[in-house]
Amino acid sequence: MIPLSHYLTLGAIMFCLSMTGIFLNRKNVLILLMCIELMLLSVNLNFIAFSHFLGDTAGQVFVFFILTVAAAESAIGLAILVVLFRNRQTINVDDLDSMKG
Amino acid sequence: MAFVTPDFVPAIPEIFVLGMACLALVVDVYITERYRLFTYQLAQSTLVASALMVIFLYPAEAVVTFNGTFVSDGMSTVLKVFILLVSYFVFFYSKQYLRDRNLFRGEYYVLGLFAVLGMMVMASAHSLLTIYLGLELLSLSLYALVALNRDSNEASEAAMKYFVLGALASGMLLYGMSMIYGATASLDLAEVYRVASGGQANDTLLVFGLVFVVVGLAFKFGAVPFHMWVPDVYEGASTSVTLFISTAPKLAAFAMAMRLLVDALPSLHGDWQQMLIILAVLSMAAGNVIAIAQTNLKRMLAYSTIAHVGFLLAGILTGTQSGYAAAMFYVIVYALMSMGGFGMIILMSQAGIEADRLDHFKGLNERSPWFAFIMLIFMFSMAGVPPFLGFWAKWSVLRELVAGGVVWLAAVAVVFSIIGAFYYLRVVRLMYFDKPEDATPITPGRDMRVMMSANGLAILGLGIYPGGLMAVCVSALGA
Repeated sequence: MIPLSHYLTLGAIMFCLSMTGIFLNRKNVLILLMCIELMLLSVNLNFIAFSHFLGDTAGQVFVFFILTVAAAESAIGLAILVVLFRNRQTINVDDLDSMKG
Repeated sequence: MAFVTPDFVPAIPEIFVLGMACLALVVDVYITERYRLFTYQLAQSTLVASALMVIFLYPAEAVVTFNGTFVSDGMSTVLKVFILLVSYFVFFYSKQYLRDRNLFRGEYYVLGLFAVLGMMVMASAHSLLTIYLGLELLSLSLYALVALNRDSNEASEAAMKYFVLGALASGMLLYGMSMIYGATASLDLAEVYRVASGGQANDTLLVFGLVFVVVGLAFKFGAVPFHMWVPDVYEGASTSVTLFISTAPKLAAFAMAMRLLVDALPSLHGDWQQMLIILAVLSMAAGNVIAIAQTNLKRMLAYSTIAHVGFLLAGILTGTQSGYAAAMFYVIVYALMSMGGFGMIILMSQAGIEADRLDHFKGLNERSPWFAFIMLIFMFSMAGVPPFLGFWAKWSVLRELVAGGVVWLAAVAVVFSIIGAFYYLRVVRLMYFDKPEDATPITPGRDMRVMMSANGLAILGLGIYPGGLMAVCVSALGA
Protein backbone atom coordinates (compact mmCIF):
# COMPACT_ATOMS: atom_id res chain seq x y z
CA MET A 1 0.00 0.00 0.00
CA ILE A 2 1.43 3.36 -1.06
CA PRO A 3 1.05 5.84 1.83
CA LEU A 4 -0.77 9.17 1.46
CA SER A 5 2.41 11.17 1.88
CA HIS A 6 3.83 9.78 -1.39
CA TYR A 7 0.85 11.04 -3.34
CA LEU A 8 1.04 14.43 -1.69
CA THR A 9 4.74 14.69 -2.41
CA LEU A 10 4.16 13.84 -6.06
CA GLY A 11 1.37 16.43 -6.16
CA ALA A 12 3.65 19.04 -4.59
CA ILE A 13 6.44 18.26 -7.07
CA MET A 14 4.04 18.63 -10.00
CA PHE A 15 2.72 21.88 -8.56
CA CYS A 16 6.22 23.28 -8.13
CA LEU A 17 7.18 22.20 -11.64
CA SER A 18 4.22 24.04 -13.10
CA MET A 19 4.98 27.16 -11.07
CA THR A 20 8.60 27.12 -12.18
CA GLY A 21 7.41 26.62 -15.74
CA ILE A 22 5.15 29.66 -15.57
CA PHE A 23 7.79 31.93 -14.08
CA LEU A 24 10.91 30.77 -15.90
CA ASN A 25 9.48 30.23 -19.36
CA ARG A 26 10.21 33.25 -21.53
CA LYS A 27 9.74 31.67 -24.92
CA ASN A 28 6.29 30.46 -25.72
CA VAL A 29 2.81 31.20 -24.42
CA LEU A 30 1.68 27.67 -25.27
CA ILE A 31 4.01 26.32 -22.62
CA LEU A 32 2.28 28.56 -20.09
CA LEU A 33 -1.03 26.90 -20.97
CA MET A 34 0.54 23.47 -20.49
CA CYS A 35 1.89 24.52 -17.10
CA ILE A 36 -1.55 25.68 -16.06
CA GLU A 37 -2.96 22.26 -17.03
CA LEU A 38 -0.23 20.54 -15.04
CA MET A 39 -1.06 22.69 -12.03
CA LEU A 40 -4.71 21.67 -12.14
CA LEU A 41 -3.72 18.02 -12.52
CA SER A 42 -1.55 18.18 -9.43
CA VAL A 43 -4.54 19.52 -7.52
CA ASN A 44 -6.64 16.68 -8.90
CA LEU A 45 -4.09 14.17 -7.67
CA ASN A 46 -4.27 15.71 -4.20
CA PHE A 47 -8.04 15.59 -4.14
CA ILE A 48 -8.20 11.97 -5.25
CA ALA A 49 -5.54 10.88 -2.78
CA PHE A 50 -7.31 12.62 0.10
CA SER A 51 -10.66 11.34 -1.05
CA HIS A 52 -9.37 7.76 -1.08
CA PHE A 53 -7.64 7.91 2.27
CA LEU A 54 -10.46 9.78 4.02
CA GLY A 55 -13.09 7.45 2.55
CA ASP A 56 -15.12 10.43 1.33
CA THR A 57 -16.33 10.75 -2.27
CA ALA A 58 -16.82 14.52 -2.32
CA GLY A 59 -13.18 15.00 -3.33
CA GLN A 60 -13.62 12.85 -6.42
CA VAL A 61 -16.72 14.79 -7.41
CA PHE A 62 -14.67 17.97 -7.13
CA VAL A 63 -12.13 16.46 -9.52
CA PHE A 64 -14.78 16.00 -12.20
CA PHE A 65 -15.70 19.64 -11.90
CA ILE A 66 -12.06 20.72 -12.09
CA LEU A 67 -11.54 18.63 -15.23
CA THR A 68 -14.58 20.20 -16.87
CA VAL A 69 -13.58 23.73 -15.93
CA ALA A 70 -10.02 23.05 -17.10
CA ALA A 71 -11.36 22.08 -20.52
CA ALA A 72 -13.35 25.32 -20.75
CA GLU A 73 -10.36 27.23 -19.50
CA SER A 74 -7.99 25.87 -22.16
CA ALA A 75 -10.61 26.58 -24.82
CA ILE A 76 -10.68 30.23 -23.79
CA GLY A 77 -6.91 30.34 -23.36
CA LEU A 78 -6.30 29.01 -26.86
CA ALA A 79 -8.90 31.38 -28.30
CA ILE A 80 -7.09 34.33 -26.72
CA LEU A 81 -3.83 32.92 -28.06
CA VAL A 82 -5.24 32.92 -31.59
CA VAL A 83 -6.39 36.54 -31.23
CA LEU A 84 -2.97 37.47 -29.87
CA PHE A 85 -1.17 35.78 -32.76
CA ARG A 86 -3.39 37.46 -35.33
CA ASN A 87 -2.63 40.85 -33.87
CA ARG A 88 1.12 40.55 -33.48
CA GLN A 89 2.34 37.48 -35.39
CA THR A 90 4.21 36.18 -32.36
CA ILE A 91 3.46 34.26 -29.20
CA ASN A 92 6.76 34.97 -27.54
CA VAL A 93 6.32 35.78 -23.84
CA ASP A 94 9.05 38.42 -23.93
CA ASP A 95 7.12 40.38 -26.55
CA LEU A 96 4.13 40.85 -24.25
CA ASP A 97 5.44 44.16 -22.96
CA SER A 98 3.64 46.95 -24.78
CA MET A 99 2.23 48.28 -21.47
CA LYS A 100 4.51 49.48 -18.69
CA GLY A 101 4.49 51.72 -15.64
CA MET B 1 -29.04 7.80 1.33
CA ALA B 2 -32.43 8.85 0.04
CA PHE B 3 -32.69 11.50 -2.64
CA VAL B 4 -34.33 14.62 -1.31
CA THR B 5 -35.48 17.36 -3.66
CA PRO B 6 -33.55 20.46 -2.63
CA ASP B 7 -35.27 23.71 -1.79
CA PHE B 8 -35.04 25.73 -5.00
CA VAL B 9 -36.58 28.93 -3.65
CA PRO B 10 -33.41 30.63 -2.29
CA ALA B 11 -31.71 30.10 -5.67
CA ILE B 12 -34.52 31.47 -7.84
CA PRO B 13 -32.66 34.69 -8.76
CA GLU B 14 -29.62 32.69 -9.93
CA ILE B 15 -31.75 30.25 -11.90
CA PHE B 16 -33.54 33.19 -13.49
CA VAL B 17 -30.29 34.90 -14.50
CA LEU B 18 -29.01 31.62 -15.96
CA GLY B 19 -32.17 31.12 -17.98
CA MET B 20 -32.21 34.67 -19.25
CA ALA B 21 -28.50 34.60 -20.15
CA CYS B 22 -29.07 31.49 -22.26
CA LEU B 23 -32.15 33.11 -23.80
CA ALA B 24 -30.22 36.28 -24.62
CA LEU B 25 -27.53 34.15 -26.24
CA VAL B 26 -30.04 32.43 -28.51
CA VAL B 27 -32.09 35.54 -29.26
CA ASP B 28 -28.99 37.49 -30.16
CA VAL B 29 -28.10 34.97 -32.86
CA TYR B 30 -31.42 35.48 -34.63
CA ILE B 31 -31.86 39.23 -34.54
CA THR B 32 -30.36 41.55 -37.12
CA GLU B 33 -27.94 44.36 -36.41
CA ARG B 34 -30.76 46.90 -36.39
CA TYR B 35 -32.44 45.32 -33.38
CA ARG B 36 -29.26 44.73 -31.38
CA LEU B 37 -30.63 47.05 -28.72
CA PHE B 38 -33.06 44.29 -27.81
CA THR B 39 -30.28 42.12 -26.34
CA TYR B 40 -29.24 45.07 -24.24
CA GLN B 41 -32.77 45.62 -23.01
CA LEU B 42 -33.13 41.93 -22.25
CA ALA B 43 -29.94 41.98 -20.17
CA GLN B 44 -30.98 45.10 -18.30
CA SER B 45 -34.45 43.80 -17.50
CA THR B 46 -32.90 40.55 -16.29
CA LEU B 47 -30.75 42.46 -13.85
CA VAL B 48 -33.66 44.53 -12.56
CA ALA B 49 -36.00 41.55 -12.20
CA SER B 50 -33.33 39.49 -10.52
CA ALA B 51 -32.57 42.29 -8.05
CA LEU B 52 -36.26 42.51 -7.17
CA MET B 53 -36.35 38.74 -6.61
CA VAL B 54 -33.29 38.90 -4.36
CA ILE B 55 -34.90 41.65 -2.29
CA PHE B 56 -38.22 39.84 -2.19
CA LEU B 57 -36.58 36.59 -1.03
CA TYR B 58 -34.61 38.30 1.76
CA PRO B 59 -34.36 35.52 4.35
CA ALA B 60 -35.11 36.18 8.01
CA GLU B 61 -32.26 33.81 8.87
CA ALA B 62 -29.62 31.96 6.86
CA VAL B 63 -31.11 29.21 4.67
CA VAL B 64 -28.80 26.46 3.44
CA THR B 65 -29.92 24.32 0.53
CA PHE B 66 -28.62 21.99 -2.23
CA ASN B 67 -26.95 19.65 0.27
CA GLY B 68 -25.13 22.44 2.04
CA THR B 69 -23.58 23.98 -1.08
CA PHE B 70 -25.72 27.09 -1.30
CA VAL B 71 -26.65 29.61 1.34
CA SER B 72 -28.92 32.60 1.32
CA ASP B 73 -28.28 35.02 4.17
CA GLY B 74 -28.10 38.71 4.88
CA MET B 75 -24.61 39.17 3.49
CA SER B 76 -25.34 37.33 0.24
CA THR B 77 -28.56 39.28 -0.24
CA VAL B 78 -27.01 42.71 0.22
CA LEU B 79 -23.97 41.90 -1.90
CA LYS B 80 -26.13 40.45 -4.68
CA VAL B 81 -28.32 43.54 -4.76
CA PHE B 82 -25.26 45.74 -5.14
CA ILE B 83 -23.66 43.42 -7.72
CA LEU B 84 -26.84 43.65 -9.80
CA LEU B 85 -27.17 47.40 -9.31
CA VAL B 86 -23.57 48.07 -10.25
CA SER B 87 -23.81 45.79 -13.30
CA TYR B 88 -26.93 47.67 -14.39
CA PHE B 89 -25.02 50.94 -14.33
CA VAL B 90 -22.02 49.35 -16.06
CA PHE B 91 -24.14 48.03 -18.94
CA PHE B 92 -25.83 51.39 -19.18
CA TYR B 93 -22.64 53.44 -19.29
CA SER B 94 -21.11 51.07 -21.84
CA LYS B 95 -23.93 51.26 -24.37
CA GLN B 96 -22.93 54.39 -26.27
CA TYR B 97 -19.22 53.69 -25.91
CA LEU B 98 -19.57 50.25 -27.46
CA ARG B 99 -21.74 51.60 -30.25
CA ASP B 100 -19.19 54.25 -31.19
CA ARG B 101 -16.50 51.60 -31.45
CA ASN B 102 -18.54 49.06 -33.35
CA LEU B 103 -18.35 46.70 -30.37
CA PHE B 104 -22.06 46.82 -29.58
CA ARG B 105 -22.60 43.07 -29.86
CA GLY B 106 -24.66 40.59 -27.95
CA GLU B 107 -21.51 38.93 -26.60
CA TYR B 108 -20.77 41.79 -24.24
CA TYR B 109 -24.14 41.46 -22.56
CA VAL B 110 -24.30 37.65 -22.61
CA LEU B 111 -20.82 37.30 -21.12
CA GLY B 112 -21.70 40.07 -18.69
CA LEU B 113 -24.78 38.18 -17.54
CA PHE B 114 -22.78 34.99 -17.05
CA ALA B 115 -20.21 36.92 -15.07
CA VAL B 116 -23.03 38.32 -12.92
CA LEU B 117 -24.30 34.79 -12.38
CA GLY B 118 -20.82 33.70 -11.29
CA MET B 119 -20.65 36.57 -8.84
CA MET B 120 -24.06 35.74 -7.41
CA VAL B 121 -23.01 32.12 -6.91
CA MET B 122 -19.84 33.30 -5.19
CA ALA B 123 -21.86 35.49 -2.85
CA SER B 124 -24.07 32.54 -1.93
CA ALA B 125 -21.44 29.81 -1.88
CA HIS B 126 -21.46 27.51 1.11
CA SER B 127 -18.99 24.90 -0.07
CA LEU B 128 -15.48 24.97 -1.50
CA LEU B 129 -16.95 23.54 -4.72
CA THR B 130 -19.50 26.33 -5.24
CA ILE B 131 -16.90 28.99 -4.45
CA TYR B 132 -14.64 27.53 -7.13
CA LEU B 133 -17.39 27.15 -9.73
CA GLY B 134 -18.71 30.67 -9.17
CA LEU B 135 -15.22 32.08 -9.36
CA GLU B 136 -14.42 30.26 -12.61
CA LEU B 137 -17.69 31.28 -14.23
CA LEU B 138 -16.83 34.88 -13.39
CA SER B 139 -13.18 34.65 -14.44
CA LEU B 140 -13.75 32.83 -17.72
CA SER B 141 -16.36 35.40 -18.74
CA LEU B 142 -14.02 38.23 -17.83
CA TYR B 143 -11.09 36.78 -19.84
CA ALA B 144 -13.31 36.66 -22.89
CA LEU B 145 -14.67 40.16 -22.22
CA VAL B 146 -11.16 41.62 -22.08
CA ALA B 147 -10.39 40.04 -25.46
CA LEU B 148 -13.68 41.29 -26.91
CA ASN B 149 -11.93 44.10 -28.78
CA ARG B 150 -10.34 41.62 -31.15
CA ASP B 151 -8.38 44.01 -33.33
CA SER B 152 -6.66 45.79 -30.49
CA ASN B 153 -3.09 44.84 -29.77
CA GLU B 154 -3.30 45.98 -26.16
CA ALA B 155 -6.57 44.23 -25.47
CA SER B 156 -5.30 40.85 -26.63
CA GLU B 157 -2.10 41.26 -24.64
CA ALA B 158 -4.08 42.26 -21.57
CA ALA B 159 -6.39 39.28 -22.04
CA MET B 160 -3.44 36.89 -22.22
CA LYS B 161 -1.84 38.33 -19.09
CA TYR B 162 -5.14 38.27 -17.26
CA PHE B 163 -5.77 34.71 -18.36
CA VAL B 164 -2.39 33.32 -17.30
CA LEU B 165 -2.31 35.08 -13.94
CA GLY B 166 -5.99 34.39 -13.28
CA ALA B 167 -5.51 30.70 -14.00
CA LEU B 168 -2.43 30.69 -11.77
CA ALA B 169 -4.50 32.24 -8.99
CA SER B 170 -7.24 29.66 -9.42
CA GLY B 171 -4.63 26.93 -9.29
CA MET B 172 -3.22 28.31 -6.03
CA LEU B 173 -6.68 28.61 -4.55
CA LEU B 174 -7.53 25.05 -5.56
CA TYR B 175 -4.29 23.70 -4.13
CA GLY B 176 -5.15 25.38 -0.85
CA MET B 177 -8.68 24.02 -1.01
CA SER B 178 -7.36 20.49 -1.53
CA MET B 179 -5.27 20.86 1.63
CA ILE B 180 -8.23 22.18 3.60
CA TYR B 181 -10.28 19.28 2.32
CA GLY B 182 -7.56 16.88 3.37
CA ALA B 183 -7.40 18.37 6.86
CA THR B 184 -11.14 18.52 7.49
CA ALA B 185 -12.54 15.75 5.25
CA SER B 186 -15.31 17.97 4.00
CA LEU B 187 -16.05 20.57 1.34
CA ASP B 188 -18.97 22.06 3.25
CA LEU B 189 -17.93 25.33 4.89
CA ALA B 190 -20.03 24.69 8.01
CA GLU B 191 -18.37 21.29 8.43
CA VAL B 192 -14.92 22.78 7.77
CA TYR B 193 -15.67 25.33 10.48
CA ARG B 194 -16.83 22.66 12.91
CA VAL B 195 -13.80 20.41 12.41
CA ALA B 196 -11.26 23.26 12.32
CA SER B 197 -12.52 24.98 15.45
CA GLY B 198 -13.01 21.66 17.26
CA GLY B 199 -9.27 21.06 17.01
CA GLN B 200 -9.75 17.69 15.26
CA ALA B 201 -8.00 18.83 12.10
CA ASN B 202 -4.34 18.42 11.25
CA ASP B 203 -3.16 21.95 11.97
CA THR B 204 -0.05 21.89 9.78
CA LEU B 205 -2.07 20.80 6.77
CA LEU B 206 -4.75 23.36 7.49
CA VAL B 207 -2.34 26.30 7.81
CA PHE B 208 -0.48 25.12 4.71
CA GLY B 209 -3.79 25.16 2.82
CA LEU B 210 -4.67 28.55 4.28
CA VAL B 211 -1.47 30.10 2.89
CA PHE B 212 -2.37 29.03 -0.64
CA VAL B 213 -5.96 30.15 -0.25
CA VAL B 214 -4.86 33.60 0.92
CA VAL B 215 -2.42 33.89 -2.00
CA GLY B 216 -5.21 32.93 -4.40
CA LEU B 217 -7.52 35.50 -2.82
CA ALA B 218 -4.82 38.17 -3.01
CA PHE B 219 -4.38 37.47 -6.72
CA LYS B 220 -8.09 37.82 -7.35
CA PHE B 221 -8.29 41.03 -5.31
CA GLY B 222 -5.13 42.37 -6.91
CA ALA B 223 -3.31 42.97 -3.62
CA VAL B 224 0.44 43.64 -3.65
CA PRO B 225 2.65 41.56 -4.28
CA PHE B 226 0.13 39.76 -6.50
CA HIS B 227 -1.07 42.85 -8.35
CA MET B 228 0.98 42.64 -11.58
CA TRP B 229 -2.05 42.02 -13.78
CA VAL B 230 -4.21 44.87 -12.49
CA PRO B 231 -2.67 47.93 -14.26
CA ASP B 232 -2.06 46.13 -17.54
CA VAL B 233 -5.55 44.67 -17.72
CA TYR B 234 -7.19 47.95 -16.75
CA GLU B 235 -5.21 49.83 -19.38
CA GLY B 236 -5.43 47.27 -22.16
CA ALA B 237 -9.11 46.34 -21.96
CA SER B 238 -11.63 48.65 -23.55
CA THR B 239 -12.96 51.10 -20.96
CA SER B 240 -16.40 49.51 -20.84
CA VAL B 241 -14.79 46.22 -19.78
CA THR B 242 -12.40 47.92 -17.35
CA LEU B 243 -15.44 49.57 -15.80
CA PHE B 244 -16.99 46.15 -15.27
CA ILE B 245 -13.84 44.43 -13.94
CA SER B 246 -13.07 47.21 -11.49
CA THR B 247 -16.49 47.26 -9.83
CA ALA B 248 -18.76 44.27 -9.35
CA PRO B 249 -16.09 41.50 -9.15
CA LYS B 250 -14.58 43.25 -6.13
CA LEU B 251 -17.87 42.75 -4.30
CA ALA B 252 -17.76 39.06 -5.22
CA ALA B 253 -14.13 38.76 -4.17
CA PHE B 254 -15.08 40.26 -0.81
CA ALA B 255 -17.83 37.65 -0.48
CA MET B 256 -15.34 34.90 -1.29
CA ALA B 257 -12.87 36.17 1.29
CA MET B 258 -15.59 36.34 3.91
CA ARG B 259 -16.81 32.83 3.16
CA LEU B 260 -13.36 31.25 3.21
CA LEU B 261 -11.69 33.14 6.01
CA VAL B 262 -14.52 34.18 8.30
CA ASP B 263 -17.22 31.54 7.79
CA ALA B 264 -14.92 28.54 7.44
CA LEU B 265 -11.64 29.29 9.20
CA PRO B 266 -12.18 31.83 12.00
CA SER B 267 -10.17 29.50 14.25
CA LEU B 268 -7.07 30.40 12.24
CA HIS B 269 -7.68 34.12 12.65
CA GLY B 270 -4.23 34.64 14.16
CA ASP B 271 -2.58 33.13 11.08
CA TRP B 272 -4.55 34.88 8.38
CA GLN B 273 -4.46 38.16 10.22
CA GLN B 274 -0.66 38.21 9.89
CA MET B 275 -0.86 37.50 6.16
CA LEU B 276 -3.55 40.10 5.54
CA ILE B 277 -1.57 42.73 7.46
CA ILE B 278 1.39 42.24 5.11
CA LEU B 279 -0.88 42.37 2.05
CA ALA B 280 -2.74 45.44 3.34
CA VAL B 281 0.37 47.46 4.16
CA LEU B 282 2.11 46.61 0.89
CA SER B 283 -1.03 47.33 -1.15
CA MET B 284 -1.63 50.71 0.45
CA ALA B 285 2.04 51.65 0.07
CA ALA B 286 2.64 50.47 -3.49
CA GLY B 287 -0.79 51.47 -4.80
CA ASN B 288 -0.67 55.04 -3.55
CA VAL B 289 2.97 55.71 -4.35
CA ILE B 290 3.08 54.22 -7.87
CA ALA B 291 -0.20 55.90 -8.82
CA ILE B 292 1.53 59.28 -8.52
CA ALA B 293 3.83 58.42 -11.43
CA GLN B 294 1.01 57.55 -13.85
CA THR B 295 -0.07 59.70 -16.79
CA ASN B 296 -2.76 57.33 -17.97
CA LEU B 297 -5.94 57.78 -15.97
CA LYS B 298 -7.02 54.15 -16.32
CA ARG B 299 -3.64 53.03 -15.02
CA MET B 300 -3.80 55.57 -12.21
CA LEU B 301 -7.21 54.29 -11.17
CA ALA B 302 -5.83 50.75 -11.33
CA TYR B 303 -3.20 51.62 -8.75
CA SER B 304 -5.85 53.45 -6.77
CA THR B 305 -7.84 50.20 -6.80
CA ILE B 306 -4.85 48.39 -5.35
CA ALA B 307 -4.66 50.97 -2.56
CA HIS B 308 -8.38 50.60 -1.88
CA VAL B 309 -7.98 46.82 -1.69
CA GLY B 310 -5.39 47.38 1.02
CA PHE B 311 -7.96 49.31 3.05
CA LEU B 312 -10.56 46.66 2.45
CA LEU B 313 -8.25 43.90 3.70
CA ALA B 314 -7.45 46.05 6.74
CA GLY B 315 -11.16 45.97 7.58
CA ILE B 316 -11.35 42.18 7.29
CA LEU B 317 -8.24 41.49 9.33
CA THR B 318 -9.64 43.06 12.50
CA GLY B 319 -11.56 39.82 12.98
CA THR B 320 -14.53 41.49 14.63
CA GLN B 321 -18.14 41.62 13.45
CA SER B 322 -18.04 45.41 13.18
CA GLY B 323 -14.73 45.18 11.32
CA TYR B 324 -16.35 42.94 8.70
CA ALA B 325 -19.24 45.39 8.43
CA ALA B 326 -16.76 48.23 7.89
CA ALA B 327 -14.99 46.22 5.17
CA MET B 328 -18.31 45.47 3.49
CA PHE B 329 -19.25 49.15 3.64
CA TYR B 330 -15.87 49.96 2.14
CA VAL B 331 -16.19 47.55 -0.76
CA ILE B 332 -19.69 48.77 -1.64
CA VAL B 333 -18.57 52.40 -1.50
CA TYR B 334 -15.50 51.54 -3.56
CA ALA B 335 -17.65 49.89 -6.24
CA LEU B 336 -19.88 52.97 -6.46
CA MET B 337 -16.92 55.36 -6.70
CA SER B 338 -15.00 53.28 -9.19
CA MET B 339 -18.14 53.00 -11.31
CA GLY B 340 -18.26 56.79 -11.39
CA GLY B 341 -14.54 57.25 -12.08
CA PHE B 342 -14.43 54.91 -15.06
CA GLY B 343 -17.88 56.10 -16.10
CA MET B 344 -16.45 59.59 -16.48
CA ILE B 345 -13.71 58.26 -18.77
CA ILE B 346 -16.43 56.64 -20.88
CA LEU B 347 -18.43 59.85 -20.91
CA MET B 348 -15.41 61.83 -22.06
CA SER B 349 -14.53 59.29 -24.76
CA GLN B 350 -16.60 60.47 -27.66
CA ALA B 351 -16.43 58.52 -30.89
CA GLY B 352 -12.87 57.71 -31.82
CA ILE B 353 -11.00 59.47 -29.01
CA GLU B 354 -9.99 57.50 -25.94
CA ALA B 355 -10.02 60.04 -23.14
CA ASP B 356 -7.92 57.88 -20.86
CA ARG B 357 -4.99 60.23 -20.33
CA LEU B 358 -4.81 62.80 -17.58
CA ASP B 359 -4.30 65.50 -20.22
CA HIS B 360 -7.76 64.84 -21.59
CA PHE B 361 -9.22 66.14 -18.35
CA LYS B 362 -7.41 69.46 -18.56
CA GLY B 363 -9.80 72.36 -18.31
CA LEU B 364 -12.88 70.19 -18.07
CA ASN B 365 -14.50 72.99 -16.10
CA GLU B 366 -14.56 75.19 -19.21
CA ARG B 367 -15.97 72.44 -21.37
CA SER B 368 -18.64 71.23 -18.98
CA PRO B 369 -18.82 72.71 -15.48
CA TRP B 370 -21.39 70.18 -14.32
CA PHE B 371 -19.37 67.10 -15.23
CA ALA B 372 -16.22 68.68 -13.84
CA PHE B 373 -18.14 68.97 -10.58
CA ILE B 374 -19.27 65.32 -10.78
CA MET B 375 -15.70 64.20 -11.41
CA LEU B 376 -14.61 66.37 -8.48
CA ILE B 377 -17.05 64.45 -6.27
CA PHE B 378 -15.56 61.12 -7.34
CA MET B 379 -11.98 62.27 -6.87
CA PHE B 380 -12.64 63.85 -3.46
CA SER B 381 -14.55 60.77 -2.40
CA MET B 382 -11.74 58.40 -3.44
CA ALA B 383 -9.22 60.61 -1.69
CA GLY B 384 -11.33 60.43 1.46
CA VAL B 385 -12.26 64.09 1.84
CA PRO B 386 -15.28 64.69 4.09
CA PRO B 387 -18.26 64.88 3.63
CA PHE B 388 -18.11 62.55 0.63
CA LEU B 389 -18.91 58.87 0.97
CA GLY B 390 -15.30 57.69 0.60
CA PHE B 391 -14.38 59.51 3.79
CA TRP B 392 -16.89 57.53 5.84
CA ALA B 393 -15.65 54.27 4.34
CA LYS B 394 -12.07 55.06 5.32
CA TRP B 395 -13.16 56.41 8.68
CA SER B 396 -15.13 53.27 9.61
CA VAL B 397 -12.22 50.98 8.72
CA LEU B 398 -9.81 53.15 10.71
CA ARG B 399 -12.16 53.19 13.69
CA GLU B 400 -12.38 49.39 13.65
CA LEU B 401 -8.60 49.08 13.36
CA VAL B 402 -8.15 51.26 16.44
CA ALA B 403 -10.88 49.38 18.30
CA GLY B 404 -9.26 46.08 17.29
CA GLY B 405 -5.95 47.17 18.80
CA VAL B 406 -4.02 47.46 15.51
CA VAL B 407 -3.38 51.17 16.01
CA TRP B 408 -0.08 51.22 14.11
CA LEU B 409 -1.78 49.89 11.00
CA ALA B 410 -4.40 52.65 11.27
CA ALA B 411 -1.56 55.20 11.42
CA VAL B 412 0.10 53.66 8.36
CA ALA B 413 -3.22 53.72 6.51
CA VAL B 414 -3.71 57.41 7.28
CA VAL B 415 -0.21 58.30 6.10
CA PHE B 416 -0.68 56.50 2.80
CA SER B 417 -4.13 58.00 2.30
CA ILE B 418 -2.59 61.45 2.61
CA ILE B 419 0.06 60.52 0.04
CA GLY B 420 -2.74 59.15 -2.14
CA ALA B 421 -4.75 62.36 -1.90
CA PHE B 422 -2.05 64.00 -4.01
CA TYR B 423 -2.87 62.23 -7.25
CA TYR B 424 -6.62 62.55 -6.85
CA LEU B 425 -6.31 66.26 -6.21
CA ARG B 426 -4.02 66.57 -9.22
CA VAL B 427 -6.94 65.54 -11.42
CA VAL B 428 -9.07 68.23 -9.78
CA ARG B 429 -6.33 70.79 -10.39
CA LEU B 430 -6.09 69.81 -14.06
CA MET B 431 -9.84 70.16 -14.46
CA TYR B 432 -10.18 73.56 -12.82
CA PHE B 433 -6.90 75.42 -13.30
CA ASP B 434 -5.53 74.26 -16.65
CA LYS B 435 -6.47 75.27 -20.17
CA PRO B 436 -8.19 72.59 -22.23
CA GLU B 437 -6.29 71.24 -25.27
CA ASP B 438 -9.50 70.79 -27.14
CA ALA B 439 -12.31 73.11 -26.09
CA THR B 440 -15.28 71.32 -27.67
CA PRO B 441 -18.08 71.12 -25.09
CA ILE B 442 -19.04 67.70 -23.74
CA THR B 443 -22.49 66.68 -24.92
CA PRO B 444 -23.48 63.23 -23.73
CA GLY B 445 -26.96 61.91 -24.37
CA ARG B 446 -29.64 62.88 -21.88
CA ASP B 447 -29.95 59.40 -20.34
CA MET B 448 -26.19 59.23 -19.77
CA ARG B 449 -26.31 62.70 -18.25
CA VAL B 450 -29.02 61.64 -15.81
CA MET B 451 -27.39 58.38 -14.74
CA MET B 452 -23.95 59.91 -14.33
CA SER B 453 -25.37 62.74 -12.25
CA ALA B 454 -27.33 60.26 -10.15
CA ASN B 455 -24.11 58.31 -9.54
CA GLY B 456 -22.25 61.42 -8.47
CA LEU B 457 -25.02 62.84 -6.34
CA ALA B 458 -25.48 59.45 -4.65
CA ILE B 459 -21.85 59.65 -3.49
CA LEU B 460 -22.50 63.15 -2.15
CA GLY B 461 -25.92 62.36 -0.69
CA LEU B 462 -24.89 59.12 0.98
CA GLY B 463 -21.82 60.93 2.24
CA ILE B 464 -24.02 63.42 4.06
CA TYR B 465 -26.24 60.64 5.44
CA PRO B 466 -23.96 57.57 5.63
CA GLY B 467 -25.93 55.98 8.49
CA GLY B 468 -28.41 54.10 6.33
CA LEU B 469 -25.91 52.21 4.19
CA MET B 470 -23.76 51.46 7.23
CA ALA B 471 -26.79 50.09 9.09
CA VAL B 472 -27.59 47.85 6.11
CA CYS B 473 -24.06 46.41 6.24
CA VAL B 474 -24.17 45.84 9.99
CA SER B 475 -27.56 44.13 9.90
CA ALA B 476 -26.57 42.05 6.85
CA LEU B 477 -23.69 40.50 8.74
CA GLY B 478 -25.71 40.10 11.91
CA ALA B 479 -28.47 38.12 10.18
